Amino acid sequence: MSYSKNIAPSEHHDYLGSKMGMWIFIFTELFLFGGLFLVYAVFRSQYATDFHKAAEETNTFIGTLNTIVLLISSMTVAMSITAIQNNQKGRAIRLLLMTLLLALVFMVNKYFEWGHKFDLKLYPGSQVLTNLPKGELLFFGLYFMMTGLHALHVLVGMILLTLTIFRIKSGRVHAANFSLIENSGLYWHLVDLIWIFLFPMMYLIT
Amino acid sequence: MSNSETHPQGSYLDNHGKYKGLMGWLTSTDHKRIALLYLYCIVIFFFVAAILGLSMAIEKMRPGQDIMNAQTYNGFFTVHGIIMVFMIVIPGLAAVFGNFALPLLIGARDVAFPKLNLFSWYLYVIGAILAVLSQLLKSGPPDTGWTFYVPYSSQSTTSVIPALTAAFVLGFSSILTGLNFIVTIHRMRAPGMTWFKMPLFPWALYATAWIQVLATPIIGITLLMVIAERVLHIGFFDPALGGDPVLFQHLFWIYSHPAVYIMILPAMGVVTEIFPTFSQKPVFGYGAIAISSLLIAFVGYFVWGHHMFTSGISYWSKWFFSFLTFIVAVPSAIKVFNWISTLYGGSIDMKPPLLYAISFVFLFMIGGFTGLFLGALATNVQLHDTTFVVAHFHYIIFGGMGFAFFAGIHYWFPKMFGRMYSNRRAYIAWAFTFVGFNLLYFPQFIIGVQGMPRRYFDYLPQFQWGHFLSGIGAFILMTGLVLMVWNLVHSKRHGAIAPSNPWKGVTLEWQIASPPPVENFDEIPVIKHKPYWFGKDDRE
Repeated sequence: MSYSKNIAPSEHHDYLGSKMGMWIFIFTELFLFGGLFLVYAVFRSQYATDFHKAAEETNTFIGTLNTIVLLISSMTVAMSITAIQNNQKGRAIRLLLMTLLLALVFMVNKYFEWGHKFDLKLYPGSQVLTNLPKGELLFFGLYFMMTGLHALHVLVGMILLTLTIFRIKSGRVHAANFSLIENSGLYWHLVDLIWIFLFPMMYLIT
Repeated sequence: MSNSETHPQGSYLDNHGKYKGLMGWLTSTDHKRIALLYLYCIVIFFFVAAILGLSMAIEKMRPGQDIMNAQTYNGFFTVHGIIMVFMIVIPGLAAVFGNFALPLLIGARDVAFPKLNLFSWYLYVIGAILAVLSQLLKSGPPDTGWTFYVPYSSQSTTSVIPALTAAFVLGFSSILTGLNFIVTIHRMRAPGMTWFKMPLFPWALYATAWIQVLATPIIGITLLMVIAERVLHIGFFDPALGGDPVLFQHLFWIYSHPAVYIMILPAMGVVTEIFPTFSQKPVFGYGAIAISSLLIAFVGYFVWGHHMFTSGISYWSKWFFSFLTFIVAVPSAIKVFNWISTLYGGSIDMKPPLLYAISFVFLFMIGGFTGLFLGALATNVQLHDTTFVVAHFHYIIFGGMGFAFFAGIHYWFPKMFGRMYSNRRAYIAWAFTFVGFNLLYFPQFIIGVQGMPRRYFDYLPQFQWGHFLSGIGAFILMTGLVLMVWNLVHSKRHGAIAPSNPWKGVTLEWQIASPPPVENFDEIPVIKHKPYWFGKDDRE
């Protein structure tokens, strides 16, 4: 942790500090979603049967597909980090592009999934929803808010990974300085992890 | 070790780098400049909110409507709270003095993520703009109180959403600053500065930063849920849609109680720096102060229910929260004993920083003791939602964090600006501020016990004496605040040139020029001594 005497701040790169910062940020994101998990837990215990009934509307097939898609994307992003560490620029970029493609597949699936619900008039504020029993109403509120917020984070992750691709191309990210790709990969794993919780909560255990 | 008044490289206040003038300030990632950016915003918004407070006090000097109607009054106390809580007291000390002094105190050239630091400030400004916007839009200023309780906050036709968004953005700024400080303290201490050789203001900032990082996301998501209720009719808090309004209160206070420790811990840290300097002896019980900061942060997570004793939660919940509320008072009391013991037997120099620091202890104790009445279940029933609560938190927050801020600005002013202010004017300003403050808030304890509700625009005649005295106090206080700021602003340009170490302090910031050069230290110091080591050989 020692400093050389006259180092200018711009020359200084603290790999460990950079990672520490990203981990702390990840904790804040976990607490953000944690609030929603808490609300889910409260209402699920209160309206167990309603949650079960409403969950029948969720499409377990698409949910499972999306889970597999995200898991594979976590694998590709991890592989891209190894590639950069081994100075394989091209391979790293290809793997990141694959990750982005899988993310896109996830979003397209989500589009169809939500679209189907909208066709059934199951969206927040709709007449159909308001006429449902309270527990089912809450389930759908949680469903849309949690998957919606998650999708927003998928988008943020995609932007981060795209930025990383550009930085690899320009040479700013390389074997001696790969904090950006590692931290972006970490963020991507977080996005995946949140889904790993959402999927059982919304599709399986209800 | 630089003792020259002006460093050969000039100071951080001069133009360096690519941009000059205002652009140089708006694009600077120098922690010292960012601290001043925060300082100027905070002073401006503090006076905006203070004038709102003064207006409310004027309105209440006589029963009935005087200078505003009831709706306007509700809007005033709402925005007064939003500005004071989210823009002044939560960010204040950490963003201004944390940014300025933390790297200096630990022997670093900057914080861990300087660009993120500037981004935090821009988020703060965006949040401030949103808060102002909520006042100016056609739907009218929010009238929900800064606590945004449902169901009213989801039903009120006023501009609630911009206010909620402002709080969200300001919270994000707070999170990023906390993150920055945690990594800075872990990674950037000078060689030889182990954790227990670190001064106590960094310790306080460390405990605060963890609260910022772990508690703020909860209110972030809660505010989003209220927005979802207003816009999408997702009804987590609406019984008609299956929700529970008390759930909002739980989620809100799970953040907002730890938030008050975000407010007070840095304040305690600042006075912990001031006491040893103006007693010329080490802090009494260094370890106790360091650990008690962490304890306050930790236990503070488990007391939120004491804001909800009358909301219908179960008896055992109330019992638990009351018990822990009494426990969390203990580490604070430990600090008070340590501060007094630091002064005892010391070579006391009653300069303005020390005067404000001592006032802090006095006012903080009044606030703290009155908190015990609120923390006890039986008395809470009488006192909840009365002006007793208002007086309590103003003593703790304003008398506590506020006076610590005044102490801090008078302490570090010579370092920040390279000038000395007029002590005489500072003492006069202090007198007005101290007397005005007590006259403004103490009567509210009494009429609160007698039954005067809070957030009430009008009242029964028997309470008028208290409101009238408060009004007088408000004017005196405002005079003091204006005098104080004027003294500092005037001295910034016309004050005597400050030496590196006007207060004979022994922490690292006093070993470099006033104002500091851009990169703080010519050579990063190697730490050998304990902190607050007043041995005379190499410090003079």
